[in-house]
Amino acid sequence: MTDVLAVTEHRRGELRDVSFEVITAGRQLADQTGGDLHLAVVGGDTESFADTLNREGVDAIHTVSEGEEFNHDVYAQAVEALHAEVDPQVLLMPNSVNGLDYAPAVANRLDLPLATDAVDFEYDDGLSVTREMYGSKVETTVDVGGDRQAVTIRGAEWPAAEGVGDAEISEFDADVDTDTGSTVTGFEEVGGGDVDISEADFIVSIGRGIEEEDNLPLIEDLVEATDATLASSRPIVDNGWLPKNRQVGQSGKVVTPTVYLAIGISGAVQHVAGMKGSDTIVAVNTDPNAPIFDIADYGIVGDLFDVVPELIEEFE
Amino acid sequence: MKVLVTVKEVAEVADDFEIAGTEVDERYLEYDLNEWDDYAVEEAVQLKEDGPAEEVVTVTIGPERSEETIRMALAKGADRAVRVWDDALEDVDMLDVETKTNLLEAVVEEEDPDLVLTGVQSGDDALGATGVSLADELGFQWGAVVNALDYDADENVAHVHRELEGGVEELTDIDLPAVLTIQTGINEPRYASLRGIRQAQSKEIAPKTLDDIGLDADAVESDLTMTSMYEPESESDAEIFEGDAGETAGRLAEVLREKGVAE
Repeated sequence: MTDVLAVTEHRRGELRDVSFEVITAGRQLADQTGGDLHLAVVGGDTESFADTLNREGVDAIHTVSEGEEFNHDVYAQAVEALHAEVDPQVLLMPNSVNGLDYAPAVANRLDLPLATDAVDFEYDDGLSVTREMYGSKVETTVDVGGDRQAVTIRGAEWPAAEGVGDAEISEFDADVDTDTGSTVTGFEEVGGGDVDISEADFIVSIGRGIEEEDNLPLIEDLVEATDATLASSRPIVDNGWLPKNRQVGQSGKVVTPTVYLAIGISGAVQHVAGMKGSDTIVAVNTDPNAPIFDIADYGIVGDLFDVVPELIEEFE
Repeated sequence: MKVLVTVKEVAEVADDFEIAGTEVDERYLEYDLNEWDDYAVEEAVQLKEDGPAEEVVTVTIGPERSEETIRMALAKGADRAVRVWDDALEDVDMLDVETKTNLLEAVVEEEDPDLVLTGVQSGDDALGATGVSLADELGFQWGAVVNALDYDADENVAHVHRELEGGVEELTDIDLPAVLTIQTGINEPRYASLRGIRQAQSKEIAPKTLDDIGLDADAVESDLTMTSMYEPESESDAEIFEGDAGETAGRLAEVLREKGVAE
């Protein structure tokens, strides 16, 4: 009971980045528990996935050939069965949308205490997890009790595992009941629409700080004066002020412009996931402690309603 | 059909705040309806207005103070509310998923809804796991991170979209009874009207203790213990432009010109 079992993730034929991050996280933890790192690969082209996941630090890979795409009933059953087989100290799963769709069910079935969205952890006679609260305003450390534990990890917090490993790859018969009450019928890309922000060179992006829809024309004037492309963080799209295809972030588009000008955006981790690859990031925000300044190259601590009109004037 | 919505009162922290022990000092907290639950309430009320739902009931784990927030959900159109609280919960600093599951399961069994809606997560501890755990415990079907819902009464199936990462949605059919965790943006939550607020005053909020729902104090022993809370260290190495709005905008314009993105 010192091993770590980590569950990987794929979608539409490709392993997702978090699958390689969960290896790094799993290795870190297994070094602390003094055990082996086991990976689970459920569904899809398990053989080729297992080969790709065979990176440095992985001791064993268990494949479960059931279904092409993610299905929470299949994942929950497969992971539950693998847990019984491997008997790990800690079960690691991604805190992805699909992770959130099966991890709590697995924890419930196995009666494991669950700590979600971990950004770090340490095992020393017991498991202690670092997580955030209140929209990243504070960090907390949380002791997770129980004999065994389950943790979901935040994406992009651990580097992707590299190198070639020599894990033992084996097929596991999880005896999955596929007669379930939910059926995935397809996928849909969100609004191609009028513009592809992922191609833009200069993005002016707005967040909650613009306060109300009536303030949009001010930003549109800036966009016109600088020939930029308009994008936004999630709340603007949730409010229906801009279409979904303008949303930058984890559940929106990933953008990599030369300059990303973030106006009134606090910089929640989900947003940052979509724009951190920009060459130059500039932030305008009234709150000097806003997390957006942590990743910005240049910043203005000030009121956008003062700064933006001045900026428009510069380019008119 | 009957819809049960979980409604949580969450604390929001001011921009500047202080930490006392493992808590944000009470002076810097404001309490409000959890943002994700606001969308869940709206979705339930729309199901009632559109026909399929006959009754919308909310359930909250929270002290008496949370009734203000519960009234908000009632003012938006929920019919009545259940509030679970007990002295045994006073000293638990972080309710784990299992505890919330136990408490909500007891209420679901009493209310016997066809559909349970929860927010994807709460704005304070953000565990994001209660809905799915509850569904599994109840033997209900479920769907996490739902951003479109179309209920088919003939088939008793919820056709949902699940919002995946990277601008992709998964289309899934889910048999009822089910728990769906609702993502922001699924609808446009209404403001409570004055009439709604007045009506909410006369709607029932039924307080329940552990005993009332057939549980004992063991059911609320949490496996999660918060041992420290701190402000994350700023990693900023941004060059901050100083001066008034004109000066800072001028510096920003220089950067944009240097980078060749604006003229």
